Amino acid sequence: MYAQMVKSEGMKSAEEMTPEERAFQNRIDRNEKIEPKEWMPEGYRKTLIRQIGQHAHSEIVGQLPEGNWITRAPTLERKAILLAKVQDEAGHGLYLYSAAETLGVSRDELMEKLHSGAMKYSSIFNYPTLTWADMGAVGWLVDGAAIMNQVPLQRTSYGPYSRAMIRICKEESFHQRQGYAIMMKMAQGTPEQKEMAQDALNRFWYPALMMFGPSDKDSVHSAQSMAWKIKMNTNDELRQKFVDETVPQAEYLGLTVPDETLRWNEERGHYDFAEPDWNEFFEVIKGNGPCNRERLEARRTAWEEGRWFREGLMAYAEKSAARRKAAPHAAE
Amino acid sequence: MSRKEWPLWEIFIRGQHGLNHRHVGSLHAPDAEMAIRNARDVYTRRKEGVSIWVVRSADITASAPSEKGPMFDPAESKVYRHPTFFDIPDEVGHM
Amino acid sequence: MPSLPDMTTPDVVALAERAAASQPHDPHLEDVDLRPAFFDWLCRMGDNTLILGHRISEWCGHGPVLEEDIALANTALDLIGHTQMWLGLAAEVEGEGRTADDLAFLRDAMRFRNLQLLELPNRDMAVTLMREFLFDAWHFEMLTALCGSQSPRVAEIAAKALKEVSYHLERSSDLIVRLGDGSEESHRRMQDALDRLWPYLGEMFVEDAVDKAVAEAGIAPRPADLRGAWEQTVNEVLEEATLASPDTRMDVHQGGKQGRHTEHLGYILAEMQFLQRAYPGASW
Repeated sequence: MYAQMVKSEGMKSAEEMTPEERAFQNRIDRNEKIEPKEWMPEGYRKTLIRQIGQHAHSEIVGQLPEGNWITRAPTLERKAILLAKVQDEAGHGLYLYSAAETLGVSRDELMEKLHSGAMKYSSIFNYPTLTWADMGAVGWLVDGAAIMNQVPLQRTSYGPYSRAMIRICKEESFHQRQGYAIMMKMAQGTPEQKEMAQDALNRFWYPALMMFGPSDKDSVHSAQSMAWKIKMNTNDELRQKFVDETVPQAEYLGLTVPDETLRWNEERGHYDFAEPDWNEFFEVIKGNGPCNRERLEARRTAWEEGRWFREGLMAYAEKSAARRKAAPHAAE
Repeated sequence: MSRKEWPLWEIFIRGQHGLNHRHVGSLHAPDAEMAIRNARDVYTRRKEGVSIWVVRSADITASAPSEKGPMFDPAESKVYRHPTFFDIPDEVGHM
Repeated sequence: MPSLPDMTTPDVVALAERAAASQPHDPHLEDVDLRPAFFDWLCRMGDNTLILGHRISEWCGHGPVLEEDIALANTALDLIGHTQMWLGLAAEVEGEGRTADDLAFLRDAMRFRNLQLLELPNRDMAVTLMREFLFDAWHFEMLTALCGSQSPRVAEIAAKALKEVSYHLERSSDLIVRLGDGSEESHRRMQDALDRLWPYLGEMFVEDAVDKAVAEAGIAPRPADLRGAWEQTVNEVLEEATLASPDTRMDVHQGGKQGRHTEHLGYILAEMQFLQRAYPGASW
């Protein structure tokens, strides 16, 4: 998902827990929200910082592949919608960084960890957006996959994170639909447009499936996070749900999901589908995806070249505060 | 860098219908005036007729947290500077 | 506790809206003699906002801090909205069945009517913000005057746009002051930006036959009439920002209004119009 492979601490049994840890776990089991100043196990705090931070980084790195096309959008209306959407992602990053900050880490520290590579962002944003149909595919598949995860996270145990997710889900509701609307136009358009739409689906299908993270059997960190309710569903559950919802949408578009093994399994009541290439996934996570270098460079450049701007405004704020102090009646 | 980070502000907004100011989130800004301006761009997306309050997160004094269970200070020396502990009801999305 | 001041400019806006409502029919739209000039002038308004909106939108995802990234996108969104209104009316006045999108995406550089100032590259936030401020100050005066236009359609668009542009000007003025009077580096960058843009500013106030025709029809003010108020705003802000107006000529570079542009516009259009050009007639 936007937070993949988040390292969590090893899970303790009830007997291994200290009394505080047991009380804490009981609160979570009763669906109480944990709030910033309250006691929490160090592992809970650290895992949350990693997860929320990774989610926030994914939002702002996620601006880049779609941001690519703002200046090339084909109509004024499409331009406005895309810009508003990419702007929302900046806003979502902002809300999530704020939630992470309640855990005692600053936004600048998190930014630096992103820039140094110490913290990751979702693998999906290391794939290129090559045609306008990719704006459709990203909205439809990538936002669609993200929503699968974000909707349940509204009930996560950590109060600020849950509230950020509520706000994000509300704003995000139009994102997937605008993507699908682009896909509809393309799929019903000229032969070239239809070709672009199919090509976009071909390229984004497996990377979208990877967003949910490795299979549960290989996912070592899930159990503790689920006990803490900072992960609400297993990777495989969400992936299956995504496939089940997306396949009929692709059929409606008249597009073919690039998976020859895909078929409805009457017995299970689900689609059977092919796993993505997990080697590719681990390579992308390691930095060997098509756009890792460009994405990080773009973020670092924005940050470095924005330094004078941030510092200049801080300098003014300090100066004017000093002036006000010196002449309290002159100001205002 | 960790030189001088813009301080964190808590944002409270009163909508058009005269309900109380309500906590909507936080943001960074070099001073109060810019916090208000940023709040307008980030949290109201330009709807007119709203009123915005901003408070430095560091200036908020909060009540003691939940009494359930033993309370200990977090091991980290860093304070939790950012009290986002005001429940946001569903209608907050549109201010 | 301080509350936000009312961010609109209620008087002119109310007046313009009332004028538009009381006069649903706009005779200027059927004035055949006026048509070429009126069309050209509407393209100037729409191309200004289109090209500036394009430049500002280039920052999305690359801003110096998240809050500013979001604020810049808001400005660009406003300007794209204004473009839809101005070019939409231009297409209507032209009466050839073209749409706002046709005008935006299917005209070549020589048919674009924006100020040269607006097509210059962003370079850094200093140039971006200084350019926006210098234009906002003009845009604000222009729209304020247009709220009293004898064309109710023009007045109506101006009234809608003015609400947003009042905020643009408020925001950009504030940032000019803060960055001009901020750190040594921010001061230097803002002064450099001002010096760089200065020779392009005169174009805003130069009058040609198009301006004259629409002014005489009571549609728009004469460009030179905006200069006094613009200078006052700019001088006040620059002074507070501790920035010095260059004592060089402001009218070195001009011609954008007549379709003579810098080299930069061609690249903007190559990017902006790519899809419409590559797939003629496709629907998006």
